[in-house]
Amino acid sequence: MHIHQYEKLWLGLSLLLIVGFVATVTYGAVGTPAISMIGDDGDTLNPNAIDDHPEFGDPGVEKVGESEYAAYVVARQFMFQPDPIVVPANTTVTFYVTSADVIHGFSVVGTNANTMVIPGEVAELTVEINDPGEYGIVCHEYCGNGHHGMEGLLKVVPADEYDGGDAE
Amino acid sequence: MSTGSGAATFVDRYPEEASIVRQAFFVAFVAFGLGALFGVIQALHRTDILRFIPSTDYYTVLTAHGVLLVIVFTIFFLVGLFQWAITRSFDRPVEDIRITKAWLALMSVGSVVTGVTILLGFVDEVGISADVLFTFYAPLQAHPLFYAGLAVFLVGTWIAGADWFRSWLAWNAEHPDDRIPLQAFVVLTTMLMWYIATIGVAVAVLFFLLPWSLGLIETVNPLLTRTLFWFFGHPVVYFWLMPAYLLWYTVLPKIAGGRLFSDPLARVVFVLFLLLSTPVGIHHQYLDPGIAESFKFIAMTNTMFLLLPSLLTAFTVVASVEHGARQRGGTGLFGWLRALPWRDPAFTGMMLAGLMFAAGGFSGMINAGMNINYLVHNTLWVPGHFHLTVGTAVALTMMAGTYWLWPQLTNRRLYSRPIGLLQVVVWFGGMALMSNAMHVSGLYGIPRRTAEPQYQGFDFSTAFGSVAELNVQLAIGGTLLFVSALLFLANLAFSWGNPTTSGLGQTLPPALSGPDDSPRVLDNMRLWAAIALVLVALAYALPLGAIVADSGLFGPGGDAYPVTVVLNSVAVTAERLTASVGATLADVGGVLEVIR
Ligand code: HEM
Ligand SMILES: [Cu+2]
Ligand SMILES: [Cu+2]
Repeated sequence: MHIHQYEKLWLGLSLLLIVGFVATVTYGAVGTPAISMIGDDGDTLNPNAIDDHPEFGDPGVEKVGESEYAAYVVARQFMFQPDPIVVPANTTVTFYVTSADVIHGFSVVGTNANTMVIPGEVAELTVEINDPGEYGIVCHEYCGNGHHGMEGLLKVVPADEYDGGDAE
Repeated sequence: MSTGSGAATFVDRYPEEASIVRQAFFVAFVAFGLGALFGVIQALHRTDILRFIPSTDYYTVLTAHGVLLVIVFTIFFLVGLFQWAITRSFDRPVEDIRITKAWLALMSVGSVVTGVTILLGFVDEVGISADVLFTFYAPLQAHPLFYAGLAVFLVGTWIAGADWFRSWLAWNAEHPDDRIPLQAFVVLTTMLMWYIATIGVAVAVLFFLLPWSLGLIETVNPLLTRTLFWFFGHPVVYFWLMPAYLLWYTVLPKIAGGRLFSDPLARVVFVLFLLLSTPVGIHHQYLDPGIAESFKFIAMTNTMFLLLPSLLTAFTVVASVEHGARQRGGTGLFGWLRALPWRDPAFTGMMLAGLMFAAGGFSGMINAGMNINYLVHNTLWVPGHFHLTVGTAVALTMMAGTYWLWPQLTNRRLYSRPIGLLQVVVWFGGMALMSNAMHVSGLYGIPRRTAEPQYQGFDFSTAFGSVAELNVQLAIGGTLLFVSALLFLANLAFSWGNPTTSGLGQTLPPALSGPDDSPRVLDNMRLWAAIALVLVALAYALPLGAIVADSGLFGPGGDAYPVTVVLNSVAVTAERLTASVGATLADVGGVLEVIR
């Protein structure tokens, strides 16, 4: 078939662009682990049995290492538990988020700590926490007619003010 | 140009088919008008500029906006346009008009059932509702009629595709050595893609959601039905886009005064769409727990390759338009632009749509990058993106294309070309404002799909400007879009009042480099369909298998959350409350009695 010279050039450049994209995105995903990707590491569980779950039955923050914490969060129509989530500054926090009812979202506003929350699945995301401060948490997936009221708060407190556990 | 070439119009030659096309367009435009009304309500409500519905009804509005625009408007326009394209390019009437009428009727009935079920959400007394948005993620549950209507609609589109394949076979029997005409080629490859894509949504609706809403099965697996939705949800994007491409490839060059640059390259593009558009759906699920990173990665790579056909299209379309301009006497490196028919709303509309598509492609590349996606996922950035693509590249091209097609379908001139020109320019301006405001709001973290993005515990921090300014911009843009939609509908309605004229017919010239130089294998539909199926199986067998292995075909348990019962349960709670208050009062009464 007859392909015009410009067409060939355009085809070549397009392919180059695509390869470039894939390369940068790969580098971003593999080379710079600022935040872990949401994957399938989390467990599955019955959303109706959450109250009996060893961790989600009483959601909250636990110390799991030198400066490492685990935060268990339950999303349900139309709130997050616990609220606020209190963590010490300059630590690594792994959030385990699940839903007691429908699909929700969990995003810490202004950061890329962001995941879908799907009933039956546990979303796992590890975040480097730096300075003290307060961050809003938003449910960003429509979850019923009270969706617009669904928010939470992440409180990062100086390490010496942290009282080491569930706020509630 | 408004003066026709004197040839017979489509309606002269194929009156019955033209009537089908007009009916499909009619349904499309009714849905478009309603959808635009709901759009402006959203734009004013969520920005808190003007709120005249309760925020709980916002989600009824949003469901209707999504379904009416991206299911009813786009797809009815598509079937109308494709019927025109098949009949015109094979130059033969439909094989059996009763079948053609039947699929149009099925699609219409399905749409009305689903549409009415959604709109009943405004009338609380009825107790029917489907406020599940156009993605209907379980375990939110709509009334069974919502799913049933969708199923009927789908069956209608399948029969439409079969009808067009039948035309092809019949034509092929008489023209065994001819290449498939380009327009028919677009229709056939697009419908193959549609058959593959709809497997996902059909399985989700027919095997899981519909039986579940009827109480026949107890639970569904929310991750599975969501994944099946996106199996369909990405290729449907290309399904919306293909009518616009059909117009850009086969009508735009003509309006510009020239011819399509390359027919073979066009075929390559449409084959690429067929092959690549389905095995990418997981890029909508980058943030889903329960899907391994590697699958997300594969989807991302495929998505990047899917840029290729669109980049090729940009080349061919611009080259064809330039050719047209030079035919009209245009000269110079960019001077040829001046020679183009900018006063023609069909031309200007399509060009503006193409320009916005380029911008939308750019914001789409950002969405597709897995890590940047974490920042913008489910923020207003996303509707900002797709109002450029489906909301403008597709919708505005459809409107512009209608200006050109209308005389061919009715033998009547358009009521007013200046109003048409104003309309497409206002759409462009309104969308520039609304989409810009949405993109920027999204970067600040403001979520989509919410009636009141104002929160108690925190404010959104902005790098420049303020949320209030962005809101005003969004609302003005949305209002302009609504005005533009009204101008479009009014212009068409008034066109009905024009007298019929003869000699409005237009012909479409063949491409500069025609199909004969291209390998025949391009026309081998069986081969492409088979490869497409293999690619889909490769991309989806493992992730779907893993989901089912992890949490079962019907999920790990959990209740259904019917959107209707939210209200009922309020009522029930209230009833219980009164009952218990009554009981307490009775107790108190009893105590009082004792005391007395
Ligand atoms: C008058 C013109 C329009 C206006 C003012 C408008 C406005 C809006 C707004 C403000 C939203 C965001 C709502 C939210 O997330 O809270 C939205 C969502 C949406 N719009 Fe439009 N829109 C218009 C036209 C269109 C067109 C032509 C299409 C497609 C053909 C379209 C497709 C959609 C879709 C699919 C959504 C997402 C629905 C969802 O999240 O479930 N819109 N629109
Ligand atoms: Cu929500
Ligand atoms: Cu997609």
